[in-house]
Amino acid sequence: MIPEIGEFALIIALFVSVVLALIPMYGASTGNEMWMTYAKPLAMGQFFFVVISFICLGYAFSQDDFSVVYVAQHSNSQMPIQFKLSAIWGGHEGSLLLWALILSGWTFAVSRFSKALPLDMLARVLSVMGIVATGFISFLLITSSPFARYLPRFPADGADLNPLLQDFGLIVHPPMLYMGYVGFSVAFAFAIAALLSGRMDAAWARWARPWTNIAWAFLGMGITLGSWWAYYELGWGGWWFWDPVENASLMPWLVGTALVHSLAATEKRGVFKSWTLLLAIFAFSLSLLGTFLVRSGVLTSVHAFASDPERGFFILMLLALTMGGSLTLYALKAPNVKSESSFSWLSREVFLLINNIFLTVMAVTVLLGTLYPLLIDALGLGKISVGPPYFNAVFVPIMCAMAIAMGVSVAVRWRETTVKAVLNKLWLPAVISILCGLIFPLTYGNGFEVRVFLGISVSLWVMSSVFTEFMGKFRNAQTITSRLKQLPLSYYGMMVAHVGVAVTAIGITLVSTYSEERDMRMQKGDSVELAGYQFTFQGTHVVKGANYMADQATIVVTEDGKSIVTLSPEKRRYNVKNAMMTEADIDPSLFRDLYVALGEPLEKGAWAVRIHYKPYVRWLWLGGILMAFGGLLTVADKRYRQRSVKLEATHA
Amino acid sequence: MTPKRKKRLSIILGLVFGTALIVGLVMYSLSENINLFYSTSQIAEGEAPVGARIRAGGMVVDGSVKRATDSLKVQFAITDFEHQVVVEFTGILPDLFREGQGIIAQGKMDANGIFQADEVLAKHDENYMPPEIAESMKNKQEAVK
Repeated sequence: MIPEIGEFALIIALFVSVVLALIPMYGASTGNEMWMTYAKPLAMGQFFFVVISFICLGYAFSQDDFSVVYVAQHSNSQMPIQFKLSAIWGGHEGSLLLWALILSGWTFAVSRFSKALPLDMLARVLSVMGIVATGFISFLLITSSPFARYLPRFPADGADLNPLLQDFGLIVHPPMLYMGYVGFSVAFAFAIAALLSGRMDAAWARWARPWTNIAWAFLGMGITLGSWWAYYELGWGGWWFWDPVENASLMPWLVGTALVHSLAATEKRGVFKSWTLLLAIFAFSLSLLGTFLVRSGVLTSVHAFASDPERGFFILMLLALTMGGSLTLYALKAPNVKSESSFSWLSREVFLLINNIFLTVMAVTVLLGTLYPLLIDALGLGKISVGPPYFNAVFVPIMCAMAIAMGVSVAVRWRETTVKAVLNKLWLPAVISILCGLIFPLTYGNGFEVRVFLGISVSLWVMSSVFTEFMGKFRNAQTITSRLKQLPLSYYGMMVAHVGVAVTAIGITLVSTYSEERDMRMQKGDSVELAGYQFTFQGTHVVKGANYMADQATIVVTEDGKSIVTLSPEKRRYNVKNAMMTEADIDPSLFRDLYVALGEPLEKGAWAVRIHYKPYVRWLWLGGILMAFGGLLTVADKRYRQRSVKLEATHA
Repeated sequence: MTPKRKKRLSIILGLVFGTALIVGLVMYSLSENINLFYSTSQIAEGEAPVGARIRAGGMVVDGSVKRATDSLKVQFAITDFEHQVVVEFTGILPDLFREGQGIIAQGKMDANGIFQADEVLAKHDENYMPPEIAESMKNKQEAVK
């Protein structure tokens, strides 16, 4: 009964979103105020029914209702409750329902928190989101309903969730990522609304910016969590594989980063308007493309569960309609959009533009590397794969160039700066970063390494130029505390995010240069040395988990005779699927991780053991967190709140 | 030339130069880093180049897995049910590596016709067959008909 209610609620939600897609839009174009005001209650209704549907699926999971096909395929009565619930998005159908839930959640949030928005603008924005919801919910109902039943005979127990997914990572990573993916639909809706209404001014940018920043922060956080999860869960210590699905999340993030910056310029100076619109369209289109790549199974990837051509086709059509429609609209309307101010060669506008171009180029190169195998296959030229070396070779140089431009961009002013002023500000950071870049590889490593020099100097350059600029703000200040309070939160957000980029870059440079790794055969009592640490294997014993049995090894780590930590990696066998799973054990710290994973059992109680020494690996994710935090800090800036309060006052 | 035109010219030159540089970089890295996929039949018939980095895929032959007793060296055969190829690998095999399971190996063919793998990939789904393998097997079946 409950699953049928879920299905039924979803059907109602579809009808609501069709109405939401049509009525307020029509009202906005004819100036019918009453029809426009329907947008808000409709957004609420849509959210309400999708939530009901989602709760029904959650209930089916928690009650082990294996008559529901999706539950039977992705759950098992032995699973702990938190994994039963997160198994809702452990497969295709449920993750689409999560997608729909988040989309309707964003729609509802826009309807609630946009009091400053003129009615026609709000009606259009919500209508565009209604169109997207219509597409997605009908996709859910037509090709992949999570509520389908096995009747009359259903299995006594479920087939269990993939052991890799029975982890904390599944609870947090997909929702975060989807919040980001789907969040770009808000920026997209704002862009379409602006094109339709022909109003594309600083106020528009001010409305769209907080939403875009939040979505961007969530996406960044989702990617960071995914990287961290892969690192500890997959058992081979990698943190980025250039897997097509990772690329699918990286591309919208890169374009989203460009969008966040271009929106800042649009808000502050009224420039790059049509470019901003285009980025908003592309950020969301790339999110859709990501969904297509993951869900259609066209690419070989660890994330591609089951391939279904029908689903792939549906999303491809959705993508074609979204891109085709919005780009046509863009082509018709964008030429009317005019810049409001001019700027000279040496100005922050130009450097933001350069940064935008770099980011876009990076997204395009990733896109090319991801789609190239598909293209070659479609042309019948053979099966190929594009390896990580391609991405590294293209990505790293562009990233370096962009970081250099980043340092300059914070030091130059809007509109115009003199070369002398820039040199005055930046000579010291330049000297410091180059010097540190030279010294670091010599003292930390075993000799000079060009890549370490580049990575460290570029990261320090980004950090020190931000810092110098920050100090410069105090030159004429009365007291330090008053000036600290005066600076807008968005300025702090920018600083934190830029420092985050540098922290991540340091992490990437050092972990990819100085990591040490040994795969070896270890007998009880065997000892091995890696990076100055002694790892002694003391055998394994059997432990029993909720739904698995495991061999747990004891590995004692000592440094100079002093015991540091005892690591207990496991090799698990999950009862239901009889699936093997490696559970690594990690001794984390800010400057290095010790990582131990079990391979397979060999004869006479020996094991294949993999040991990693990973310096500065935490910095990767720390930087990711800082970037996301910076993005959120900007949203908290009072100018976004003040505005709304003021406008409300004039309305009243 | 007027200063305005000069400015425009330098923008255009900059764009052209930058685009050319990036396209060049991309094309070069693509040409260096593409791994072609070969089925075991293609390899057995000598179509795969010796010494070039390629991908090979097939099902692991039952009873073919042999381990060295003192190291992590392992040898096994993969097949597309027509021809077999022997693969050598040193290191830890993925969790889902099993006899009868479809895998993809990356590495090089050596002079003795043995595939020296530096990476072995097995998918985290027991019913999953890498699309490359599925297709090469389908082609085989059609050829038989």
